[in-house]
Amino acid sequence: MPLHQAGVAALGRALATRQVSSTEVVSHLLGRIEAQRALGAFLQIDAARALNTARSIDERRASGQALGPLAGVPIAHKDIFVTQGVPSTAGSKMLAGYQSPFDATVVARLAHAGCVSLGKLNCDEFAMGSSNENSAFGPVRNPWDTARVPGGSSGGSAAAVAARLLPAATGTDTGGSIRQPASFSGITGIKPTYGVCSRWGMVAFASSLDQAGPLARSAEDCALLLSAMSGFDERDATSAERPPQDFHAQMLAARAGASPGTPLAGLHIGLPREFFPAALAADVNGTVRAALAEFEKLGATLIDVSLPRTELSIPVYYIIAPAEASSNLARFDGVRYGHRAAKYSDLLDMYMKSRAEGFGAEVKRRIMIGTYVLSHGYYDAYYLQAQKLRRMIADDFQQCFGQCDLIAGPVAPTVAWKLGAQDDDPVKAYLADIFTLPASLAGLPGMSVPAGFGAGGMPVGLQLIGNYFTEGQLLHAAHAFQQATDFHARTPRGFE
Amino acid sequence: MALTPADVSRIAHLARLELDPAESAAMLVQLNGFFRIVEQMSAVDTRGVEPLYTPLAAVQAAELRLREDRVTESDERSRNQASAPSVDDGLFLVPRVIE
Amino acid sequence: MTGPLIRGYEVVIGLETHAQLSTASKIFSGAATAFGAAPNSQACAVDLALPGTLPVLNRGAVERAIRFALAVGARIAPHSIFARKNYFYPDLPKGYQISQYEIPVVQAGTVEIVVDGHKKTVHLTRAHLEEDAGKSLHEDYHGMTGIDLNRAGTPLLEIVSEPDMRSSAEAVAYARELHKTVVWLGICDGNMQEGSFRCDANVSVRRPGAPFGTRREIKNLNSFKFLQQAIDFEVQWQIDRQEDGLAIEQATVLFNPDTGETRAMRSKEDAQDYRYFPDPDLPPLAIAPQWVERVRGEMPELPGAMASRFERDDGLSAYDASMMTQSLDFARYYEAARDACGQPKLVANWLMGEFSKRLNTEGRDIAAAPVAPPTLAALIARVVDGTVSNNGARQVFDALWSGQGQHVDALIAEKGLKQLSDTGALEKIVDEVIAANARSVDEYRAGKDKAFNALVGQVMKASKGQANPAQASELLKSKLGAA
Repeated sequence: MPLHQAGVAALGRALATRQVSSTEVVSHLLGRIEAQRALGAFLQIDAARALNTARSIDERRASGQALGPLAGVPIAHKDIFVTQGVPSTAGSKMLAGYQSPFDATVVARLAHAGCVSLGKLNCDEFAMGSSNENSAFGPVRNPWDTARVPGGSSGGSAAAVAARLLPAATGTDTGGSIRQPASFSGITGIKPTYGVCSRWGMVAFASSLDQAGPLARSAEDCALLLSAMSGFDERDATSAERPPQDFHAQMLAARAGASPGTPLAGLHIGLPREFFPAALAADVNGTVRAALAEFEKLGATLIDVSLPRTELSIPVYYIIAPAEASSNLARFDGVRYGHRAAKYSDLLDMYMKSRAEGFGAEVKRRIMIGTYVLSHGYYDAYYLQAQKLRRMIADDFQQCFGQCDLIAGPVAPTVAWKLGAQDDDPVKAYLADIFTLPASLAGLPGMSVPAGFGAGGMPVGLQLIGNYFTEGQLLHAAHAFQQATDFHARTPRGFE
Repeated sequence: MALTPADVSRIAHLARLELDPAESAAMLVQLNGFFRIVEQMSAVDTRGVEPLYTPLAAVQAAELRLREDRVTESDERSRNQASAPSVDDGLFLVPRVIE
Repeated sequence: MTGPLIRGYEVVIGLETHAQLSTASKIFSGAATAFGAAPNSQACAVDLALPGTLPVLNRGAVERAIRFALAVGARIAPHSIFARKNYFYPDLPKGYQISQYEIPVVQAGTVEIVVDGHKKTVHLTRAHLEEDAGKSLHEDYHGMTGIDLNRAGTPLLEIVSEPDMRSSAEAVAYARELHKTVVWLGICDGNMQEGSFRCDANVSVRRPGAPFGTRREIKNLNSFKFLQQAIDFEVQWQIDRQEDGLAIEQATVLFNPDTGETRAMRSKEDAQDYRYFPDPDLPPLAIAPQWVERVRGEMPELPGAMASRFERDDGLSAYDASMMTQSLDFARYYEAARDACGQPKLVANWLMGEFSKRLNTEGRDIAAAPVAPPTLAALIARVVDGTVSNNGARQVFDALWSGQGQHVDALIAEKGLKQLSDTGALEKIVDEVIAANARSVDEYRAGKDKAFNALVGQVMKASKGQANPAQASELLKSKLGAA
């Protein structure tokens, strides 16, 4: 198997048994990355430092030190995470060249686990977008069809992993930005429960929604990464105070009542009828249903449930997220860092021009929406109403979890669209988030698992949503499915 | 409930965003398009429902964790000012502020 | 609740006070709060609002808010919410201030003031925790303004009063009492020059019986003198306008200490839309009853209770007791000295007299007094036992204060101030004086009291000031027989 086809777990084993060195893997991948610049996945390639790190890990291993399962494994970080020594832009001109004096906690923890970061990955500007067409530094292309989008906002992460430029990458998910690109790019991704990963060092978009998570080519790889990324961080007051989790062990733990042929015996999977509306594309519907049939074969029971406010998730999310974003992005004023306009007449002008020049169109739109819904006279009707509906949506999920263990459905209504297809109407893109938004609003963990292929041979993802802190159960179910199928292992043509 | 050009102007000012006339006009159309999908939200009766400002409140009894009153940061001025547009004598410089 | 009318108008004043809390580190970060550091050397990543930074609340700030609430009899919210107050200003790094809006940590409460001998209760609306902003330096930086964010993130307790005050005197009395309280509690160092305690005054005027007039807010007054001057000017200004038939627009106003005038600020966006919303980075602050009780148990005795105790147990007058409780340091000094010599009233007199005179002249706090309580007590003891006269004691005190010596007895001896109390020697002198001043004796016996004083004076002179005057008088009286 070529090196670039090895996933995190396999690479970890190969490195541990010295079949290959980290330096070899890193060099190999750096070569591929160079060759695939046209994908637009990377914003920064940190070759020299990556090779140094790989070398030192190889030396430690050679000297007999016992290292963890991630030691020497190459990854890269979505540019929404700040990193020392390499610029962090969040995909925006506003932060072009910005040097952070500290690393994001997620970055530091993966480095501590021995991962070798190859650089920073392209993303929609400030994580706002569903196609990675909103990056100030050019779009990202879907390796499955380079005329199509990879999804967003973690488009660079998804494309890099799908193109086998990396075995895994970090991403963030606010309204679906890990799950949807994973689905569009045929890879596996997980957004954990809100609070599981620290937000320290993640450039904030919507504080009550943002969550970090891994994108990789299997549930097992995601489990390994998530274990290292996650955990309580005293620098984040919203960080969940729980003991460190071994998600890999949880993924492997057999269910009570399971047997070799039916590892998912006793697992009840709820299918919300609102996730299968008439408007759902036939190819997506078909692929997802077929995947669900596989789950039944594995022993799971499918039941009908309802999430009646699914459609309302769209206005609710697109009120709350922009509101929080409008406030989070106020710090970008050209005073202490970031873009400052070259010409201005006074302080007010400096603010107006710096922000107008530094932010792209989608970001400005969301800042405008957010500012409006918080403004005097509109707060109750919009922001407060949205937060109340959010509670109701979260309660709806709890109703479902009274009847089932997991909720399943599509990740997105269609497969990946063509670059430029949504240009004229930003609201159209918002509507396509319908299936990922509810879990974000409730703070529930959600996964995207490659389920097959739809129109044009484009990947289709199956979404699995669990109750709070049940990442282990999600990963277990996904892992069982991936042991019985091979959609997650398929490679886009030309990237073998 | 449609926005007017005056609304766009007011909000852009509150948000410190300079929009040229073309941008303002486009923004108006897009915002109104957006608020059309928001309308369905207002019809829902939410009386008696507590807002969910953070999922933590649904996940577990969310209470603010406090830190001890201790100085844990030292002077990192030069590193922190590495990306500053304009600095002199350790001060961030901005156009003269008149009160 | 009426105060003196000014030109026929009633003055209505409410105060918003920002007290910097005396924590070691900032309210939401671990940077230091010490005053006077080099610019931006105490502004960490969180304080600078670098991308990816998050706030974590300082327990010490909450403790101080609890202490304040207990001292003013306020309600402590079991759950309170931090909210973002959004506006753009260079000294506000995040583009929003973390404050509290709908549900503050402290609610209601009262402060008792005394103005011209009249007691009044000022009600508090609320007090909440928030972070301070940085500082703008307008001195010349090539025509630019320099921003120092050392102060950004310092914890503030914003204390809001009801519009209960009816004169600048009441406002100042309230501000002083509040200042005393926060310093007494040890929650704020009260250093107004350094900006630790700042008042904003909301002022309006109205004809008696009319509804409240439009108020203007005078910001950032950092001395009691300026507070009074600013209010006085503003009141006249508002009355002038009303008399001229002009409307008063709500405005934020600055006081110029050089001119003594108030002036509306250059359009701070008249009626800013702060778009408050609960801060998603900070879950609700929970304060359990156990925490409140622990703080209550650790509270120092409050000045009011202490003064009552001094009146009851030490026999001090209400006025003297209030003087002894002007600050916790003062009260501690008083108690220490009193305990050492057992003379509460004399200690009080000395503290209000010689002590305070010198402290005021030298601009010193009692904590920095060069004379320690045991020393003062020793001196008072020597007055009581007759070793020195009051006059002599003052000379000794002078010497002690200026550092000439540290021991009372040594100084008495050095300066030869020991009073003659040897009755035998004194009697001899009295006899000699009587013999030498026959005319005064006769005049005294004829009923002229002045003559008696002259005789006492002669005794004092003959003893070179060392006679104990009280003793001398007694001896004279007994020898001359009842007049």
